[in-house]
Amino acid sequence: MGKPSEIYFMATCLADLFYPKVGIAGMRLIQREGIRVVFPQNQTCCGQPAYNSGYRAEALDVARSLMSCFPKDIPIVVPSGSCAGMIRHQWPELFHGQPDAQNALNVSKRTYELTQFLVDQVEIELDDLGPSITVAIHTSCSSRNEMKVASHIESLVSQMKNVTVVEQERKAECCGFGGSFAIKQAEISGAMVKDKTDAIGKTEASKLVSQDCGCLMNIGGALRKQKRTIEVQHIAEFLWDRVYETG
Amino acid sequence: MKQGNTLSDRINNSLGKAQNRQNFRSAMSGLMEKRAAQFPDDEKLAKLRDRGREIRANSLRNLPYLLIELEKTLTENGIQVHWANNSFEANQIIVCLLQQNDAKSVVKGKSMVSEEIELNSFLEGHGISVLESDLGEFIIQLADETPSHIIMPAIHKTKKEIAELLHEHFPELPYTEDVDQLTQSARKILRNKFNQADAGISGVNFAVAETGTLCLVENEGNGGMSSTVPPLHIAITGIEKVVEKLADVPPLLNLLTKSATGQTITTYFNMISRPRQPGEKDGPEAVHLVLLDNGRSKIYGNSSLQEILHCIRCGSCINHCPVYVQLGGHAYGTVYPGPIGCALEPMRLGINKVGGLTSLCTLCGACEQVCPVQIPLPKLINRLRAESVLRRADYTSLIGAGSMRKPLESWGWRIWKWIYRNPAIYRVFSLIVTRTRELIPARMGRWARYRFNPKPARRTMHELAREAGFDNE
Repeated sequence: MGKPSEIYFMATCLADLFYPKVGIAGMRLIQREGIRVVFPQNQTCCGQPAYNSGYRAEALDVARSLMSCFPKDIPIVVPSGSCAGMIRHQWPELFHGQPDAQNALNVSKRTYELTQFLVDQVEIELDDLGPSITVAIHTSCSSRNEMKVASHIESLVSQMKNVTVVEQERKAECCGFGGSFAIKQAEISGAMVKDKTDAIGKTEASKLVSQDCGCLMNIGGALRKQKRTIEVQHIAEFLWDRVYETG
Repeated sequence: MKQGNTLSDRINNSLGKAQNRQNFRSAMSGLMEKRAAQFPDDEKLAKLRDRGREIRANSLRNLPYLLIELEKTLTENGIQVHWANNSFEANQIIVCLLQQNDAKSVVKGKSMVSEEIELNSFLEGHGISVLESDLGEFIIQLADETPSHIIMPAIHKTKKEIAELLHEHFPELPYTEDVDQLTQSARKILRNKFNQADAGISGVNFAVAETGTLCLVENEGNGGMSSTVPPLHIAITGIEKVVEKLADVPPLLNLLTKSATGQTITTYFNMISRPRQPGEKDGPEAVHLVLLDNGRSKIYGNSSLQEILHCIRCGSCINHCPVYVQLGGHAYGTVYPGPIGCALEPMRLGINKVGGLTSLCTLCGACEQVCPVQIPLPKLINRLRAESVLRRADYTSLIGAGSMRKPLESWGWRIWKWIYRNPAIYRVFSLIVTRTRELIPARMGRWARYRFNPKPARRTMHELAREAGFDNE
């Protein structure tokens, strides 16, 4: 498909309320490449929270409302592996047998995770203007296993010449977020995020970057609770800060 | 259910055992490394997994015919076939066979299906002694525990614990923590028993319909001993273990051993095709196969869940599960733990009984990535979550469908839907959340036991996008 002239940007409900700058950074990165970015103001959520809790009828209603925000046949870019994965891989099952199933399939096929879009479609080239820093990367499970785009965040970070990347032990293991899992199985989730933060703490990294706000909320919240100084940041904000603002 | 306590009791109990958790962590890390070393070429692995999936899908597609074919070829080979609908029937068949042959002592090879029907305690209740001959099973039998893993049943035990256990039961043996010496001790004890046993019982890894062959994969020689030394051999397996032809076995075997323990091939691979023939010097005089349903045909009837029956029981999903590694197998409280357990057990036993297992999953997908026959475990577990909170169950629903629907939770999701499907309401909602951000406490709820609660932003992305001039359409 190559580089489109226009895209829809889907904020995700988590980033909308908690990390709005992530979305703005993602949109600016795309806009800077000469692509028109449309942010439909009627968007809310992809339906994933209810879907993963078993409440499919509720998920379907919300997903349908979101679907109506993307009428034009242009790519939909999502700054999250799990929300992109929900639309791309779970919507066909969610809408199965519904009158608008074909439309859902069509929308799912043009949905991209942000780093995937920047690398595969835009073939973006970035100049690093930021200070030297050592970071660790957390590739979210949905980016890795569902979307299969985990290498894209790595290749974007590798374009940053002043950034040293260190690898934490058991990098590919789930951080224990899992949406409602973190509430329903709080103790197990706590044990998982403890292992994750311990592994990150053993590296030289002063910052952890990831492509999913859910993981960052989990890992970042745990790091703060443990009074560790490692910061967490979404890849969109991390890149934007280095290629634009400090320049 | 193994224990009377609740799932959350068992979880807390497991999380509290620091030594056990360390044992699981190091064992699972080792297994993951060994598996990865066996599959260095992604492309070859993908092809092999495609082949594995194809073979199992073919077996399932033709299951009724293949089972009839299997019965025919086995019978021609002189192996008697018995059909059991459930645990009760399977146990009855086995005890009758043993009693008819006046068998008082049994040696067993490893079999998860026999765990499923709780065969050991049933036989012991009928005055028949049972000895587990797989080293891991032998250890947990001595400890009076249940397996914590389907391939490595005693994986939760340390060397020291095993040494103490053996010394306690066999004080005549010298105390040692040397693994080789421990194995030798166990070998001596078991060898003796093989020669004395009246019957052997084993599981089956693949039952070949074409040739009437029962394949048994093992490392210790105990499977071969159980199935050849005693005069009577009874094999038991689930009906889904059938494959169409002998040529189906090598790819599956290849996938099985590499995925399970990271071995190119196990030490032993037994192909049992008939009882002892006139003029032959060894082998049992009679061989029986018990084919167990135990809920499988009900799963088979549900096309959206059927794929779970593709499983070849390698345990790879368990080895790679980030939840299992924290808990170990006992917390699950079912015969099959880990991802395969979270999917299979609610289907087999009913959501009303073990539906809680579906919550022991972050849907991370690590299991699906390593499954040798590509079972979409997260998808199945997610479907089970939907079944468990179904509003109206019908004849296609699983046992206990809808039994986990709680009024408070379902109302919560209704309210969520009402907010999120209506952009105008969501706009008001998001304004309230961002404008009252200071009121949200940083240490509230279960989330905050281990992390700070995130604070809502001052303004939503909707607002920032409008302000920055991003178009609405």
